[in-house]
Amino acid sequence: MRRSRLSAVGGAGLLALILSGCQLADIDSPMTIFEPAGPFAQRLDDLFWMVFWIATVIFVLVQGGLIITMVLFRDRPGRREPKQIHGNAKLEVVWTIIPAVILAVVAVPTVSAVFDLTECADDAMTVEVIGHQWWFEYRYPEQGGFTTANTMVIPTGVEVCATMTSEDVLHNFWVPALNGKRYLVPGQTTVLRLQADTDGEYWGQCAEFCGLSHSLMRARVRSVPQPEFDAWAARQNEPAPVPEEGTPEYEGYQVYAQNCTQCHTVDFADNDAGISDNILEEPVFNGPDLTHFADEYRTTFAGSALPEADETYDEALKRWIENPPNVKPGSFMPDLGLTEDEIDAVIAWLKTNK
Amino acid sequence: MTTTTERPGVVEEAPPTTTIYRRPKSTEGFWGWVTTTDHKKIGIMYGYAAFFFFIVGGVEALLLRIHLASANSEFLTAGAYNALFSMHGATMIFLFVMPASAAFVNYLLPLMIGARDVAFPRLNALSWWAFLFGGIFMYSALFFGTGLAPTGVENVVGNLAEGGRPGGLNFLADMPDGGWFLYQPNAGPDFSPGTGIDFALLGIQILGVASLVAAVNFIVTIFNFRAKGMRLLRMPVFVWMTMVTQFLLLFSLPIIAIALFMATFDRNFGAMFFDATGGGDPILWQHLFWLFGHPEVYILVLPAMGMVSEVLPVFSRKPLFGYSAVIFAGAAIGFLGFGVWAHHMFATGISPVAQAAFGLSTMTIAIPTGIKIFNWMGTMWMGKLRFSTPLLFAIGFVAMFVIGGLSGVTHSIVPSDWQQTDTYYIVAHFHYVLFGGSVFGLFAGIYYWFPKISGRMLGEGLGKVHFWLMFIGFNLTFGPMHWLGLQGMVRRTWKYDPATGLEPWNIAVTVGAFIIALSIAVFIYNWWSSRRRGAPSGLDPWDARTVEWTVPNPTPVYNFATTPVITRLDDFWHRKYTTDDEGRAVRRPEADQMIADLEYDGRNPKTEIHLPAPSYFPLLLASGMPFIGWGIIWHTTTWGLGMVVLGVLLIVSGGIGWALEPLEEAHEEDHPHDEADEDEETHETEGASDVGRASESADTTEPVETS
Repeated sequence: MRRSRLSAVGGAGLLALILSGCQLADIDSPMTIFEPAGPFAQRLDDLFWMVFWIATVIFVLVQGGLIITMVLFRDRPGRREPKQIHGNAKLEVVWTIIPAVILAVVAVPTVSAVFDLTECADDAMTVEVIGHQWWFEYRYPEQGGFTTANTMVIPTGVEVCATMTSEDVLHNFWVPALNGKRYLVPGQTTVLRLQADTDGEYWGQCAEFCGLSHSLMRARVRSVPQPEFDAWAARQNEPAPVPEEGTPEYEGYQVYAQNCTQCHTVDFADNDAGISDNILEEPVFNGPDLTHFADEYRTTFAGSALPEADETYDEALKRWIENPPNVKPGSFMPDLGLTEDEIDAVIAWLKTNK
Repeated sequence: MTTTTERPGVVEEAPPTTTIYRRPKSTEGFWGWVTTTDHKKIGIMYGYAAFFFFIVGGVEALLLRIHLASANSEFLTAGAYNALFSMHGATMIFLFVMPASAAFVNYLLPLMIGARDVAFPRLNALSWWAFLFGGIFMYSALFFGTGLAPTGVENVVGNLAEGGRPGGLNFLADMPDGGWFLYQPNAGPDFSPGTGIDFALLGIQILGVASLVAAVNFIVTIFNFRAKGMRLLRMPVFVWMTMVTQFLLLFSLPIIAIALFMATFDRNFGAMFFDATGGGDPILWQHLFWLFGHPEVYILVLPAMGMVSEVLPVFSRKPLFGYSAVIFAGAAIGFLGFGVWAHHMFATGISPVAQAAFGLSTMTIAIPTGIKIFNWMGTMWMGKLRFSTPLLFAIGFVAMFVIGGLSGVTHSIVPSDWQQTDTYYIVAHFHYVLFGGSVFGLFAGIYYWFPKISGRMLGEGLGKVHFWLMFIGFNLTFGPMHWLGLQGMVRRTWKYDPATGLEPWNIAVTVGAFIIALSIAVFIYNWWSSRRRGAPSGLDPWDARTVEWTVPNPTPVYNFATTPVITRLDDFWHRKYTTDDEGRAVRRPEADQMIADLEYDGRNPKTEIHLPAPSYFPLLLASGMPFIGWGIIWHTTTWGLGMVVLGVLLIVSGGIGWALEPLEEAHEEDHPHDEADEDEETHETEGASDVGRASESADTTEPVETS
């Protein structure tokens, strides 16, 4: 009696657990692999489900067989000693050949997908991706060679050929909705095909452990229609405005000029503004190009780790500039000891860099 | 010569008169353990140390899981988190599963092949001490290491020191923090300027010495020390899997040794093997690491497969289904294991030809693995299953390994792996293989062979509680990780975005981890109480099949009073059982008397048995290794160089003492051989012998051992 009640309670608990699990499983993370947005991710998704169902059938057969064996052949009173069977050559052959055949069937689409997805199409648009601890830099050689960071903007329905390398350690560029992962290797160039067939913002993340703040090295890919992309690219080639003296933005511009130019670059309209860019010229110290920091598609900063869900853009930016290593341990951007006014001014100025 | 009453029949060695080195005499108490060359004592020490490190690695895992239970957790600093996941991996692989397998092999291998010890008893002791010092060395990083940039030292790379904020258990960040995989150049001198990584590199190097000498020792033992009639295809499957494992170690450890030396030179002496700015290749590290690292996976799981292959037949009361198929499948896994390493690197941008080739080779591993699974099920089919704790763990192994194997096949679908690699899906997969596989297998072995070391049974009730808690906790921990990975949660992630909605799953995982911890607490209590109060086991508590159960429990120091003669596979079973017309097992009427005789004879040897004498020198030699390691880390300082000198002196003096010390003191040749040696036919195992004989031909054994 007690036993059956116990198992009833246990069963109800298990059912509740499974149901709540299913409910949770309905919610997809922005990083899910199950919502492919382009042909390459779709190809991976198709392969995944093909193998998944084969594996599920095998799983059910084997675990079911195991359970049936355990139930049928458990020791019960009166069970006779078993026959001493040493094996069965026919069965051995069967369960060697069947898995081999299944694998051979699976191998064909696998190998063909590997070769299909390795090289970019000849007419693909090239975007250079450069990994840094801990952010992604993008360069657009075919659109005039401008540089941007964190959010990669791409035209919808067009194949983008990401040619990638790293300035420091190994990184791994991964935007699950568009394709699988590819390493960024210092001293080498790797290639990843990306394509989104619907407009949208897709989440990405560095997937290879790359030091202290690996987990905060995130990315976005923004896919927009071709005309908007062209307009955006044209804007990216424009220089940043020099603010007028006396405005709060000018204050911020001064703070930038005094504190930030060792690592950051801003391409100003007036090159006589007296600011030399990125004076260290050490690639490992390169910070993101801030010329279009507040671009409408560039909604994130600090390696796309900020802003977080529960804070505004300005709050997050303030938190970041106040003490970068506190947000992102090991950050190359140091705590510059800026006053609150200076930080507000810098933020005001940064937001003019559209 | 005197015979003590505690160890009947064992001849105590007279103090040496031929060398200037004094020989330890005590075989009891503290010095008995420290100087022992007895494979059983070494196995037990290996086992306790491995279990200690299991607890350490488990506590590290719990800290990680507490941290990950909330998305933007500040429970651990990034430095502490990175060090903890690195050391959790390194500890569980190098300091728990490998030595735990070594513990079983040490204890059981000679017993299972009818030998009195391993081929090179002192080399065996060296293996154990090198392992212990390697583990101590690695964890000494906690006290002497600097995981991040040393404070006050200006470094070119980022604000590493600022990454180590106070609080958040940040002192843990002094440990190696480059992952157990130590990918370059992140673990190189520029990006990990602290000394933490060096403790991992040199620690694994020392642990490699331990495994390498053990591998040589076990291989020689298997080929030369089998009892009469113990042909290769009469050996228990555990011995076979041990042999495959030791060959894997023999061939893979030199590769990692070279890689570790290269990285050590990169970090300490300005070499640039893996530094792209100096013309090096970071991907080369991955090739070398995984060319070792993948066989390593099979090194971890094959011994457990062997244990399960011993347990299932006993509790099914049937012979192993397809004995030779299981063995050849194991050997095939070993061979194929060397040809799949690049499946860890499908996303690195290696050529499509390489990706396709390694994808296909990875798929083929599923075939021998499937053969094993089906044969295990075939063993249970039509059996008479006694659900004792060892069987529960063995079935748990099979069921969990199937899941790990199937998710493993999904990695061989290369393009699909581009999505899965470096996510929690992989973490789920290899825990199903290494925890659901190896650890469940190890516990099956622990419950099964516990009587051999204690003469008592491990508590069955608590054992079942342990199993179910662990089984539920394990699946709650690692099951949801599949989903987490497919939802894009990457590995080694200090924080994840709350917007991913993955927090509830992570909480479930953390709860599961604590259920596992609870199950281990139950096990510890069970072990502790059963050591004292467990039911006496007698000679043959499980109605077993193999020859290690023909000696009394706990195993006498000399193992076999009379070396056994093996006439067939599962020799002990066939001495107890015959079959009727239907092929069903029928107990022989004389079986009970035979067991009683074995019990009596096993405790009362008729002849003098010479065992390898204890020795200080393996300990002395091994103790020099960590000093050289510390010396390399601080080679720029005078006292660092002093440590190297001290280390070399310890190793050289240990080596010289070892070389001049006879394996055993000379003794008269006038006593007769064991009766068993007298008139039995000799098989292909002509060179095989027990230690008693080996000691008589010590002159021929000695040069091999000391070379």
